Amino acid sequence: MKKKRVLSVILTVAMITGLAAGCGSSSGSGGSGSDEAKGKVYYLNFKPEADEYWQELAETYTEETGVEVTVLTAASGEYEKTLKSEMAKTDAPTLFQVNGPVGLASWKDYCYDLSGSDIAGELTDDSFALMDGDKMAGIAYVIENYGIIYNKALLEKAGYTADDITDFDSFKKVVEDITARKDELGFSAFTSAGMDGSSDWRFKTHLANLPIYYEYKDEGINNTDAIKGTYLDNYRQIWDLYINNATCEPTEISTKTADDATAEFVTEEAVFYQNGTWEYNNIADIGDENLGILPIYIGVEGEENQGVCTGTENYWCVNVKASEEDIQATLDFMNWCVTSDAGVEAMCKDMGFVIPFNSNLESENTLVNEANKYMEDGKTPVTWVFSTMPSEEWKNGVGSALTAYAADQTDANWDAVVTAFVDGWATEAAAAK
Amino acid sequence: MEKAIRRYMPIFVLPTFCAFILGFIVPFIMGIWLSFCEFTTVTDAKFVGLSNYIEAFKDTIFRHSFWYTVLFAVVSLIVINVVAFALALALTQKMKGTNIFRTIFFMPNLIGGIVLGYIWQLIFNGILAKYSTALGLNEWYGFWGLIILVSWQQIGYMMIIYIAGLQSIPGDVMEAAQIDGASGIQRLFRVTIPMMMPSITICMFLSITNGFKLFDQNLSLTAGEPAKMSEMMALNIFNTFYGRTGWEGVGQAKAVIFFVIVVAIGMIQLRATRSKEVQQ
Repeated sequence: MKKKRVLSVILTVAMITGLAAGCGSSSGSGGSGSDEAKGKVYYLNFKPEADEYWQELAETYTEETGVEVTVLTAASGEYEKTLKSEMAKTDAPTLFQVNGPVGLASWKDYCYDLSGSDIAGELTDDSFALMDGDKMAGIAYVIENYGIIYNKALLEKAGYTADDITDFDSFKKVVEDITARKDELGFSAFTSAGMDGSSDWRFKTHLANLPIYYEYKDEGINNTDAIKGTYLDNYRQIWDLYINNATCEPTEISTKTADDATAEFVTEEAVFYQNGTWEYNNIADIGDENLGILPIYIGVEGEENQGVCTGTENYWCVNVKASEEDIQATLDFMNWCVTSDAGVEAMCKDMGFVIPFNSNLESENTLVNEANKYMEDGKTPVTWVFSTMPSEEWKNGVGSALTAYAADQTDANWDAVVTAFVDGWATEAAAAK
Repeated sequence: MEKAIRRYMPIFVLPTFCAFILGFIVPFIMGIWLSFCEFTTVTDAKFVGLSNYIEAFKDTIFRHSFWYTVLFAVVSLIVINVVAFALALALTQKMKGTNIFRTIFFMPNLIGGIVLGYIWQLIFNGILAKYSTALGLNEWYGFWGLIILVSWQQIGYMMIIYIAGLQSIPGDVMEAAQIDGASGIQRLFRVTIPMMMPSITICMFLSITNGFKLFDQNLSLTAGEPAKMSEMMALNIFNTFYGRTGWEGVGQAKAVIFFVIVVAIGMIQLRATRSKEVQQ
């Protein structure tokens, strides 16, 4: 009997200890009173590839100023979900990102007005600020490019150079010639156009940017509730080219991932790879001298003067619901990142960013430099209008239709893509609240 | 002893009770409240009345996913329970190695749903590639893929419950039936199955609610492809919540509707099978 009582006491103690420990930890972390006066920074980072460098930078900043900086990085494709749950917490991120006007729509109540702040004064051009009426809700911190990355050595081996490619027709000729001599050459024209979740954004978002861009240009608008789809035939042309000249059968693309495409490019199984400057670190293995980037030509009048797609979907926003000290600390941190030597070094060199601030350094990212050449040659960069796409649902609808079309390339299936694109846009634009 | 247990009961129950309130009751009530709100983060909501429910009922994809889920739950219920029962019968016979077989059949249950989904996706796509097609191109490939995956995962678990049930049938009842001249089939349907009703109730309840609530496997195996046609209810709710700006409340409303449906079906099933249970 006595033994049992002892046992029950032990069990009770064990349980209560567990309970106390569980509740105790939260009060412990909240009690760091000395930091309160200085404020602290909590940055929810969007770019997994840059996570390591942000962590280092945060440490450096804390050493220099004593202000606590926490950096959390959301997993690829999980940013909105992570942000939604983090924002509901007591210690919410003080610095977060939105991807453009559509992203801003859901977070505009959380954005601090950045006009007149130190960092706003550092911007090289006001167009890099994301405006919500008169309020400067976000500031772009990186400018990126995407296009068709190619392997110079392989292209030469096939008997061509980038100079042979000036528009869609010449590009198509080169691509189809490579496909025709695929066995003899030992490589394909394109990497797999993977429609797996890790890779489909390259086509449903980035490639779809081009027909939208040209339509906006014709209409003289920069956003719309009803897309017409004037250039969807061009979208079809380029998509046909991608899927029918790739390393894999068009029926297999639903299973191909981003890693597959990167691996195919690095192991020289294909010449062309549609992706952006952010991919540099993953493909640098084939050598800087072999890397080039081409504009994505889709067969539009006058596209000889088209450059690569240049823009941003990374805007920094400061959480207006954070305490005043934290907001101030965050503004100081942002400004430090883009003005101090350590900050600029980390962003431009380590992360390989082109930053739209006065302090920008010359890039060591070959793809960035290749992309800049088009601008130096006076080509017109294609702006990133995909941030005006009405919702994730819209992108997914287009993506599914593209996959179905690839497996069975009939006009009826293309009509489904057009429906998803045009009607889907109208539905989603109306559904957005 | 009994008195002591009664006296200390609150203390023993307290930790679990706290966890239950924090982890279940609070989110549940918040969830119902949020289904009447428009919100971006869950702590910052604005009451909008029934509009979320109206949107949810208007959604045709949600209706499609409901019927798809019902079909899935019924098919998986039958497949899982029939096979698990057969395996349990086989593995309670007097033969060598039954323990090894039981362990092996049980093992898939120890792997998480997401992992299983990706592994089976590779397997299915590897096979389908030979016929130049893929899992994401036809909703019925996805459907049968999910059935195979879930059966493989859950049969072992249900089998263990059935084995426990079989072992608890008193030997004298079986013996009496045998002496009375009942054939094997008669013994199975007239003695074993009626005596097994408590296990059958549990297993059917688990497999039908699992079928309705299926999420991880659906997400990783098909992700709703093609064009949401293989999207089941849980995944549909998830996608509604995150797919559009301002639709969080609609996702929440769908979740409440989903809860009501699952509870109702679970109750009906429990009542139906429980009425067939016999006293031993």
